[in-house]
This record gives sequence, C-alpha cells and structure tokens, in this order.
Amino acid sequence: MNLRRIGTSLIAPAIGLFISLAVTAVILVAIGASVSTVFASMWTYGTSPRAMSLMLNLATIYFLSALAVSIGFKMNLFNIGVNGQYVLGALAAGVVASNLTLPKFASVTITILAAMIVGALWAGIAAWLKVARGVSEVISTIMLNFIAIGIISYLIVRTSIGTETSLNIRGTKPIPESGMLRGIAFIDPGTPIYGFFFISIIIGIGYWFLLNRTRFGFDLRATGKSASAARTSGVQSNRMIYVTMLLSGAVAGLVGLPYLLGDTGTYSLQFPTDWGFTGIAIALLGRNNPIGIALGAILWAFLDISSGQLILEGVPREISTIMQGLIVIVVVISYEIVRRYQVKSEQTSVAKALAKQEASV
Amino acid sequence: MTYLKSRRFIGAAFTAITMLSITRTITGNGDLTSTVTIAQALVFASPIALAGLAGIWAERAGVINIGLEGMMILGTFGAGWAGWQWGVWAGVLAGVIFGAIGGLLLAVAAVTFGVDQIIAGTAINLLALGLTKFLAIVLFTNAPGGGQAQSPPIKGEIPTFTIESIVEPLTSLHEKGIFFISDLAGIFAGLFYHLSLLTIITFLLFVMTSYLLWKTAFGLRLRSAGENPWAADSLGVKVVQFKYAAVVFSGMLAGLGGAYLSIASTIYRNGNTAGRGFIGLATMIFGDWRPGGTAAGALMFGYIDTLRLIDTGNQNVKGLILLGAIILFAIGGIMLRRARRNSAIGFLLLGSVMIGAYFSASSFPPEVAQVAPYITTLLVLATASQNLRPPAADGVPYRKGDHH
Repeated sequence: MNLRRIGTSLIAPAIGLFISLAVTAVILVAIGASVSTVFASMWTYGTSPRAMSLMLNLATIYFLSALAVSIGFKMNLFNIGVNGQYVLGALAAGVVASNLTLPKFASVTITILAAMIVGALWAGIAAWLKVARGVSEVISTIMLNFIAIGIISYLIVRTSIGTETSLNIRGTKPIPESGMLRGIAFIDPGTPIYGFFFISIIIGIGYWFLLNRTRFGFDLRATGKSASAARTSGVQSNRMIYVTMLLSGAVAGLVGLPYLLGDTGTYSLQFPTDWGFTGIAIALLGRNNPIGIALGAILWAFLDISSGQLILEGVPREISTIMQGLIVIVVVISYEIVRRYQVKSEQTSVAKALAKQEASV
Repeated sequence: MTYLKSRRFIGAAFTAITMLSITRTITGNGDLTSTVTIAQALVFASPIALAGLAGIWAERAGVINIGLEGMMILGTFGAGWAGWQWGVWAGVLAGVIFGAIGGLLLAVAAVTFGVDQIIAGTAINLLALGLTKFLAIVLFTNAPGGGQAQSPPIKGEIPTFTIESIVEPLTSLHEKGIFFISDLAGIFAGLFYHLSLLTIITFLLFVMTSYLLWKTAFGLRLRSAGENPWAADSLGVKVVQFKYAAVVFSGMLAGLGGAYLSIASTIYRNGNTAGRGFIGLATMIFGDWRPGGTAAGALMFGYIDTLRLIDTGNQNVKGLILLGAIILFAIGGIMLRRARRNSAIGFLLLGSVMIGAYFSASSFPPEVAQVAPYITTLLVLATASQNLRPPAADGVPYRKGDHH
C-alpha cells in the first residue's frame, strides 16, 4: 500500500518532466537549435562540480522558500507574501549583522532571530487582517509585497541604513567577516556550500517533526482538511491562523539569508526579490512534503544553473524558465488526474467487495 | 433604480471633487486637478482597469484568476511582436489573442481538470514570464531597433482625440483657481485631452460588462456558475461552457490591458507590467466584484501614479497626504454618525497622524506615493470586507454531479 502510494505520487512529476522536456524539444526545433546538443550541454555543465555546488546553494534558498509556503498550504492558507517577508527579513538581517561585533555563533544566531522576527511580524499583519477583519490572505499578502518593496527602497535610498556599497549601488553596510556564514567547499574547491545548507536540513526535519509528530501539527493538518470538523473538535481556528502565518513568515524571513550571509554580505537594491514565487511553485511540486520539496528545489536549481552556458549554443537561458513553468502546470494537472483515478479505483474496489458480500449472503 | 444609481454616482463624484478642491485650495497646487494630470491618470488607469475587468469576468463565473499578471505579460508581448511588424492595430489584436491563450490554459487546468485555481494561475504567471523573456531574445535581439529585452518600436499610433473647444476654455478656467469650479473644469477638460481610442474602448467594455452580466439572461447564467454551479446545472445551464467563455474572455481583456501598456510606451519591454495584473485584482476586490467600483479603484491607482511621476517640486505627494487625511476624516465622520465608534476612532486617529505629517514635513519622498495605493487597498479591505460579497462559489472547483 505504502509502496503504491509512493509510486502514484512519483508518476505525476515523471509525466510533468517528460511532457515539459518534449515541449521544450519542440520549441528548440522551432528556433532551429539542436535538441541533443542543448540537453547534452545542460547535463555536462550541470553535473560539473562547480555547477553542482551552485545548484545546492540555490536549492537551499528555494527549499526554505517552499517550506514557508507549504506551512500555510497545509492549512489552506496561501501565503503569497513570502516575497515581502523575506526581503524585509533579509534587510533586517543585513542591518543587524553589520552592526554586530560578536563571535560568529552569537552574531549569526542574533541575525537569524532578527530575520525570523521581522518575517513573522510582516506575515502577522496578513494574519490579523484575516482573523480580525476577514480579509483574504491571498490579496493582503500581495499588497504587503508591494508595500515591503516600497519600504525597502525608501530605507536604502533615503536613510542612513543605505550606503554606497559598490559603484552606484546602494545597500546596507557590509557585514563583518565574523557575522558571515560562508560555508565549506567540499564539492568544488572554489565554491563553498552555504552554511545555511545544513541549517535548512535541520529546519526541514523540524518541519516534518512539527507537522507529523506534535499535537499542533495534527490540529494544523486537521484544520486544513476540514476547518469546520476541526472547530467542532475543539481547535481554535483563529489561533491556528495566527500561529501558522507567524511560523510561515518566520521561515520566510530566512529565505534571503543563505545568499546574504554566504555571498553578498549586504542587502542592496540588486538583491533578488522574487524567490517567494519560486517557493510557491516548488511547494506545489513537492506536495508540501519536505523530501518532495527538497527534490523539487534541486530540480529547479538544476534547471536554473545548468542553463547558464546555453548561450554558447545560441539558445537563451530562459528556456529553463519555460521548462519550469511547463513542469509546474503539467505536474499539478497530472496530480489531479492521478487523484481522480485513485478515487475511482477505490470506489470500484469497494463496490466489488460489497457486491461479493451481498452475493454470499 | 437607475435613478437612484445615477444619483449615487453624482453624489460620489461631487464629494470626490469637493475633497480634491479643498486639498488644492489649501496646498495651492494646481497640478492636483489639472487637465494634463487627469488625462495622464486615464492612461495609467486604463490597463489596470482592464485587468480588474478581466478579474470580474473570471471570478463572476467562479474562477479565481491570479494568472492575470501572466496574461497581461502575454498581451504586452503580443502587442510588441505584432505591432512592430504589422502596425498598432495588429498589435492590439495579437495582445488580445495572446491573452486569450493564457485564459484558455487557465480554463483547461482549472475548469476541465479542477486544479486549484490559485495554483494554476501561479503556474501561468511563471510560464508567461519565461516564455516572453525567451521569445524576446529569440525574436527581438537582431531586429532593427530591438534588443534582448525589448521589441522594436510599434508602428503607427492609436488615434487620440482632443476637443479644443472644450479643453481650451476649461483649462483657462482651471488656471483661475476658483474653489470647486476650476477643479471641475480641469477634471472635465482632462477627459477630452489626448483621449486615446483605446481608453474609449476600455470605457465601452465596462459599460458592456455591466449590461451583459447584470441585465441579460446570459449574464445571469454566467453569474450563477459563480454563485452555485450545481444549482445552475440542475436548471440546465451549461456551467462548464460558461466558465470557459468567461475565463477566455478574461484572458482577452487582460491581454488588451497588456497591449495598452506596450502601445503607451511604444515598445514591448520585459517587466513592463510591473505587477499591474495583481493591482487589477486588487481593484476588483476594492470594487466588490463590480465594474463601477473596479473602475474607481483603477482611477485611484492611475491618479496617484500620475501625481508621483509628474512631481516636479516634490509637492504632489504632500498634497496626496492632505487629501488622504481629509478622506479619512470624512469617513471617520460617517462612521461616527453610524455609531461605529471603534472604526471612527481608527479613521480619525489615522487622519490626525497624516495631518501631523503634512504640517511637519516640507516634502515627502516619492516612495510614499509608491506604496499609498496598496495601503489604501488594504485599508478599504480592512474596513469594508464585511460588506464585500465575492461570488459564493469563487475558487471552488466544479465537477458536474460532484456536489458535496
């Protein structure tokens, strides 16, 4: 039974991958590129040590983002606001870390806490709007994303929080080396794997434990499956919304940190601002399961990184974005088809069993 | 009924102009109600309004359309690609068709396969973004005047109309600075100054939507698919067909909005939508899933955007702050009269904070205006969400005979 469940949950992503590869091939043929050369180039470069290191680093970021989204998903809360939560979290982290002169462990711990608190507070606004005022979190978090970007550009451009970090680019003061978490280079000597890679594994295990082995996790999943049933059995749904959104926001606050503490050391106006949407897509691919999310994050990062040298073949690297979009849409559709098939086969097997029983009576 | 409605509309317009006029008189900033400001606000508002209208069509049929942004992106691309080669009207057509393809994709995923609608929409946004960036590089890099991230200039122009005999006298009346009269003149003149045919089409689409969706049997059936599709089905409404039609038309409208953007900036450019699809969604909710309110929301966004971008002396944003304070005080007053004490205190407090800000700072950074529309939307949602009424089965996947 369990094997069968794993089998059916793998069918959908496999179909998605296959169809998206097929459509990509068609597009490549249409623009006059050689399909085999392109795929071979992606594979060769993508599996080189340097690319693998970059891939794991990027996957770390995506993993955290998708985890944040999926905490909400588990309770049918759409936290579209991971973008806003993580940029504010990363900005706060950049400000805090650059003003600390403590030993590495203390400095990084405080930085992490600052990012989590800011992310949680920003998500908390959406939670309050939902609980107290009945505003859908889908729309409030979208608005909060725009507001967060505005706040950041104000703080960096017009206040002393921002300084000129490199030519014509303003950002937070550089973080001292004692506050950075650069990581260890164990695959490619020139490219360290972010320290956050390991932290995010711990967070992933914590996520699994919280959801599957605690009372809170049970309440959360129960509320997601049927809010009314959960309420009847004594779950306080308003409290659940607060806790879930705050947790989701706290994890979201971490999304920018692998890059901030492992690479740039400053939150500048060039810091990426759309990892939250990537997280939504990967949470969908991974079906809110930490291992699934990890695999999804690695696949996503592989496509991002391995397409980096396609321009040598005369193909825009954006082909990987098309593949990602196709994978998501085909996978969600095939999950639905597989689910319908399962429901149907269950119904027929139950009907058969009942018919047998009746016949024997 | 229509008499009541038009009375309400005139009342609302009267109140809005009065508040603008008070602000303009106190600040002495003629830009706030000038002909040029209003004309430009219409240009900024129209694409957002079209996105909002697109949202109305999809959601009235029960399909949440988070993919509006992606469909708009497809529209901007279609307009740039066809407009550069075959002229501006071909661009409009291609924008609409590209948007429709996005809509069709959403319909297939959400209606036929019953995939969660927010998920399907998110996937479409991703796909549209990747596809257009990719195609831009393939198709525009070597085109004359194009680049990796932008198309060559779109050929030709959409006709615009200026009625000099209205604009000129009213503009000079506006410059006299008479309370209310001058502001009314400036705003009215703005409606006839460089008015794009596409803006007129946008307006007509709003009128058509209010009529079709609320005054015809077709509209009743379409809305019933968004309120209670199972009941509608039992009465013989072909729910799936209506949902398909609504979502594809939604894509067409979003695509038209995208085309409008590209045509207004004469080229397709990566990222030209800048989240306007999401903003359109916000205006739709702001407007309670109805055309009138949605248009008002879009005008607010367009107006604030305009003032921010033409802010030469850094005074427009300051004017907006005062305007915001006056509006908050007015709403606070209404709340007091309706004996909603807590809300009233909230509004009056916020209004006082803004008045304080107005008098304590000599100018405000443009970022304030940048976030103002979003904060306003949140405020509206926070105070009015109990009165807003989305379609009852909005976002609920429908399968014939599958009602639980």
